[in-house]
Amino acid sequence: MSICADHGRRLGLIVNPVAGLGGRVGLKGSDGAAIQQQALRLGAVPQSLHRAAQVLERLKPIKDELMLYTYPAEMGEEAAKRCGLDHTVIGSIVAGQTTAADTARAAREMQRLGVDLLLFAGGDGTARDIIDAIDDTLLVLGIPTGVKMQSAVFAVSPISAGDLTLASLQGRIRREREAEVMDIDEDALRQGIVTAKLYGYLRVPHEDRLVQGAKTPSSGRDKAAMETIALQIIDHMEDEPLYIVGPGTTTRAILSKLGLDKTLIGVDVVWKDKLLASDVNEAQLLNLLEGRTSRIIVTPIGGQGYLFGRGNQQISPKIIKQVGKANIIVVATPEKMDALRGRPFLVDTGDPETDRWLSGYTRVVCGYGEYSIYKISYAGEN
Amino acid sequence: MRYKVWNMRRRCPKASGGKDALGEPNAITWWLIKEAVRMSENRAIVYPYIPNSVPRVKQEMLKGVGARSEEDFYEDVPEALRLKKPLNLPESLLSECALKRHVEGILSRNRTCQECLSFLGAGCYQHHVPAVCDEINQRSEFLTAYAGEPYDDHGRFQALFEYASMMGELLNMDVVNVPTYDGLQAAATSVRMAARITGRQEALIVKTIHPAVLSKIRDYCAPNLQIRLLDYDAKTGQIDLSALQAAISSKTAAVYFENPSHLGSLEAQGDEIAEIIHDHGGICVVGVDPISLGVMAPPVDYGADIVCGDIQSLGMHMQFGGGHAGFIATRDEEKYVMEYPSRLFGIAPTSVEGEYGFGDVAYERTSFAEREEGKEFVGTASALWGITAGVYLALMGPQGMQELGEGVMQRAKYLMAKLSKIDGVKAPIFAAPHFKEFGVNFDGTGKAVAEINAALLNYKIFGGKSLTSEFPELGESALYCVTEVHTKADLDRLVDALTEVVS
Amino acid sequence: MQSITEKRYTDGRPNLRRFHQAKWDEPIIFELSNPGERGILPPPIEDGIRDAVGDVASALPDMLRRKTPLDLPEMAQPQVVRHYMRLSQENLGLDLNIDIGQGTCTMKYSPKINEQLARTPQITELHPLQPEETVQGILEIMYKFEQILKEISGLDRFSLQLGAGSAAIYAAASIIRAYHAARGDTGQRDEIITTIFSHPSDAACAKTAGFNVITLYPDDDGYPDLNALKEAVSERTAGLMTANPEDTGIFNPRIAEFVDVVHKAGGLCFYDQANANGVLGITRARKAGFDLCHFNLHKTFSTPHGCGGPGAGALGVIEALSPFLPTPVVAYAGNRYYLDHNRPQSIGKVRAFYGVAGNVLRAYAWVMSLGAEGLMEVSKTAVLNNNYLLKKMLEIPGVSAPYAKGKWRIEQVRYSWEKLCKETGVHSEEIGLRAADFGVHYWTSHHPFIVPEPCTLEPTESFSKADLDEYVEILKHVAHEAYTDSDRVKTAPHNSTVHRTDQAPFDDPSQWAITWRAYLKKTERGKKG
Repeated sequence: MSICADHGRRLGLIVNPVAGLGGRVGLKGSDGAAIQQQALRLGAVPQSLHRAAQVLERLKPIKDELMLYTYPAEMGEEAAKRCGLDHTVIGSIVAGQTTAADTARAAREMQRLGVDLLLFAGGDGTARDIIDAIDDTLLVLGIPTGVKMQSAVFAVSPISAGDLTLASLQGRIRREREAEVMDIDEDALRQGIVTAKLYGYLRVPHEDRLVQGAKTPSSGRDKAAMETIALQIIDHMEDEPLYIVGPGTTTRAILSKLGLDKTLIGVDVVWKDKLLASDVNEAQLLNLLEGRTSRIIVTPIGGQGYLFGRGNQQISPKIIKQVGKANIIVVATPEKMDALRGRPFLVDTGDPETDRWLSGYTRVVCGYGEYSIYKISYAGEN
Repeated sequence: MRYKVWNMRRRCPKASGGKDALGEPNAITWWLIKEAVRMSENRAIVYPYIPNSVPRVKQEMLKGVGARSEEDFYEDVPEALRLKKPLNLPESLLSECALKRHVEGILSRNRTCQECLSFLGAGCYQHHVPAVCDEINQRSEFLTAYAGEPYDDHGRFQALFEYASMMGELLNMDVVNVPTYDGLQAAATSVRMAARITGRQEALIVKTIHPAVLSKIRDYCAPNLQIRLLDYDAKTGQIDLSALQAAISSKTAAVYFENPSHLGSLEAQGDEIAEIIHDHGGICVVGVDPISLGVMAPPVDYGADIVCGDIQSLGMHMQFGGGHAGFIATRDEEKYVMEYPSRLFGIAPTSVEGEYGFGDVAYERTSFAEREEGKEFVGTASALWGITAGVYLALMGPQGMQELGEGVMQRAKYLMAKLSKIDGVKAPIFAAPHFKEFGVNFDGTGKAVAEINAALLNYKIFGGKSLTSEFPELGESALYCVTEVHTKADLDRLVDALTEVVS
Repeated sequence: MQSITEKRYTDGRPNLRRFHQAKWDEPIIFELSNPGERGILPPPIEDGIRDAVGDVASALPDMLRRKTPLDLPEMAQPQVVRHYMRLSQENLGLDLNIDIGQGTCTMKYSPKINEQLARTPQITELHPLQPEETVQGILEIMYKFEQILKEISGLDRFSLQLGAGSAAIYAAASIIRAYHAARGDTGQRDEIITTIFSHPSDAACAKTAGFNVITLYPDDDGYPDLNALKEAVSERTAGLMTANPEDTGIFNPRIAEFVDVVHKAGGLCFYDQANANGVLGITRARKAGFDLCHFNLHKTFSTPHGCGGPGAGALGVIEALSPFLPTPVVAYAGNRYYLDHNRPQSIGKVRAFYGVAGNVLRAYAWVMSLGAEGLMEVSKTAVLNNNYLLKKMLEIPGVSAPYAKGKWRIEQVRYSWEKLCKETGVHSEEIGLRAADFGVHYWTSHHPFIVPEPCTLEPTESFSKADLDEYVEILKHVAHEAYTDSDRVKTAPHNSTVHRTDQAPFDDPSQWAITWRAYLKKTERGKKG
């Protein structure tokens, strides 16, 4: 189709060959060489090659124009070969012993080559390696492969990743979204402790679905919804209390509207429309709270709908209790709510009692004068 | 049949004393009931509009899904919510023949504007409806379609795009919506659009507005807007510019006036009004009768920003007020387009060279005024009348619209002149140009409009709409309407009748 | 002789039609213009009039006279007729297709006799402001139809003035506002509660009417969540606006408790009865304690959808709210019908005159042709059809019916192609475009897509078992193609009037063209021409 001619066709592909190894053998992730060896001993079969190939299969309609850059051997070359796609191999690795550093290097080199989209097969760990390596101008898409997938950068399946890639390279995608990259400390997880950190955001192509001639327009775009949420919050801000503002793009919109800089992956404190403190930790928060009324503004983080305990651990059980349940303001765009497909919000503060206390229903600000009543569950609840 | 079963249900338990411990019918009773159902279903009515009302088919389907009866499907409807007896409705008229006779019998109590000579207007107009308009809007393909995709229902999209395009020519504007309910809704939405675009919360409405439009604006804009009324000049019926100057401010979102006004006078100061509005950063909203635009200037030419109105004149029968549909037109600027709550159909190329495709423009419209968050709502409105108005404009063409407009004005002028000659009758009320409607004052006759209209009915004439209750300042006045359907003989007949009635 | 039926079936399953939609490659009407042609001539002005008044139009003040040329098409009548006939052929009316794919729309047969009756001069040539004694027939029909709706709903008073469903919902919100205002409660009660699977108009209309809106999400089984409602109500609650069954086809069994909770909080309850087709004579608004309800005459009561209107809405209320109904209402004085305009507390006019009288007539005739028993038959058959279809649909690989697993549904079901999409990359809307190749409508669902890859099917009583079988066979075929030849699906439609349309211009102000004149300005064609 002629409309595609002036759009980029340069695609980067990184396959993390060990991603997902741990999952099928019950190892809660695949970070680290020792675990990978253990997984292979337990009979794990690498998933990523197969999944990456599934994606590449979908690109055959544009195979003549496609310029595919990939890393050697199991880091992408094999997948490209399997699908019979022309490709350029860059970089070098020690086959069978790839590391996170290889992923990061590959991502960096591909950005330098000016790829239009970077596709990676992996999990949260891989996404984290990539976010550290590139700047935020590069469009990235994850092929779901890993064991842990708290991040929101993955397509729902390899096939849909393929279609999204195709559409993106054909210039049929006109929207992007900022998607969270999160990762859980696997060592801690194996000891039964979940500590997920929000590492940042990657730009991901956002599917422009064929617009149907339905009778009611959809709820509008995420960005517009964030704007209206911000107005709702600001119009109802009180003078006295401190506002503890959790991480996220939705909460960022509130601060932007106030003309303030938000720490995207951290917690900020606002008082009387001014930034009182940025990127605070628990101790600083406790100090600030001393003798003052306060509110918490949070938005669910990641694809799983965590309100507390993932990426905003600074807002600890102690702080939550001090602020009080009635003073927690939850904000979420309708798009974010829809993505949960009816699953409840989750809390996992690390303190079971706080989790139980937080669970139940909460009012969610979804727009200007628009609310939802939504369920909160805690980890371990049925 | 079902009724009999219910009777049994009520009777049987008594006859057999057949209730269980909970007062429910016992097993024998249930058996009797089931038998009755079975027997009745053997003789069940087969409904012509319900193919699966054939008992055999029904049984087959029930069996197929593993249900005992349709009752199973209502498992989620609690007993307490179930109706325990059949609805108390009139006896059905199962045959089409009987139904036709029944309905026609009722309708025969009407007397139509074909049987009588009508001078009623006031928002609903007796223009000639070309036969082609009816032919097209009763095409099953259009009549029974709904909301299909541009691929299944290409014809609807193209017809409505063409409607909007022809209205665009008439109005000299590049954006026209898929019709909304009626002119009332179009006016109310136009005012709210203006409020969203300007971020202001006050609208000035000229008092010569159609009272129904005003009522609608009041209800529809109540949540967000202050409505203030503007006086008109008692002599000309036109806007009192000094009143406008005094009332308008930087808080004014919109000024709305109609041209022609509800009272028939044309507003000849449109450009001055628009200038005053624009000087204050407001939006000029004009309601217009589209059928006048073959001869009259489209409001955008004298400065209107949003133009709205009703298309009933353009090929719809009066239908006791059921032929209405509203339009809203603006310039092709993003700030206007994004505030439309209506659907807007656009044209675009397809994957095949030379093919026209259609779709919804700016489908996910997001209001610029986020606080209002008012894209309003959109639903089933009046699309079929839009298609019909398109047919009408295509038939009429530029020359037809011009000739029609000229002819209507000539007839109106003729009638006004003739009526004025009757003792005690004044027509028009206002010293202004008029299009097809004008006020007639009867104060000099000593008779009330109600009295006059009642007398005219004896001549098989529907006199003009009384203005006495809605515009008491005009005394005993009525609003008369003349269209191209009126012949000289019709007009003379009215004049003769009125002469007799008021003498 | 071989029966035609045998040729049309294989192993008891209907063969797919070798359908192709009409494709006329019909130009835009302006391109058909031939200067000088006339489609119809207005009656000429008679000499007697012209001689008396002269040329009136040219005496208009300069500002009022049209100077912009009027660039309408110039066409002879046969050419106009042919153009629109071709466009009509490129449109799939319900009369042409197994129209069960536009779920929530209640596509049903509009009886031809009712159309004929509504098009007689006895109604088309009535002016709404005629003296009451000359419109007794139509007023009688309006009055009697109101009595019918009162019985069907159990409520006390109806207005038939509403333009359609959304207009009725908006008016309901207006009445809720007026009611609280009359009690001096306006500022306090500013929240309307609705559910996510109610029609989106419930939220949109409440919002437009100035309320804040609280949306409830379903519980794990897909039923409206009573506990969430209890969380939502407060002294700010103005009312509840909810459908039942919801657009998933699931009936809320706790609806009476819902109403009770809201009443106890001081709110009013509005029953969105757009989905009434499965519950006529089964249950009614009064039973669950609702204060207001509405019906869509163009859905449940069979009036034609007209490509999107005119429809008609009926709004019912309990006695206490009847003073707020739109003005006028039709009343009966023992020997004559009249319009009651004296209603000081009314929310006023909501639509021109008294609504779409022709549709009230069609709906009245429809009910009269069925009676109480027939209405029950409508509902029971619609529900049977729906559950029959549900069973057949679930046999198609990749499809599911989320929520209320193993339960029967009322009159429609919201299905999900999530599994098929994950496995094939084919989206619900693409299935719909491929289904179009077989001559049927298909619609995903209203946003938001809480049910992933949704489609909503509503097989009303108008469709036969054979129709349902054929529709399922089409979707089965398309699903099979998704797994075996997904490109075929993803490039559909192949047999439609037009092919995939470039969507980009519709969102780009520099390219979008809502009228032909805008198109000419924005494209090369116009610049050349």
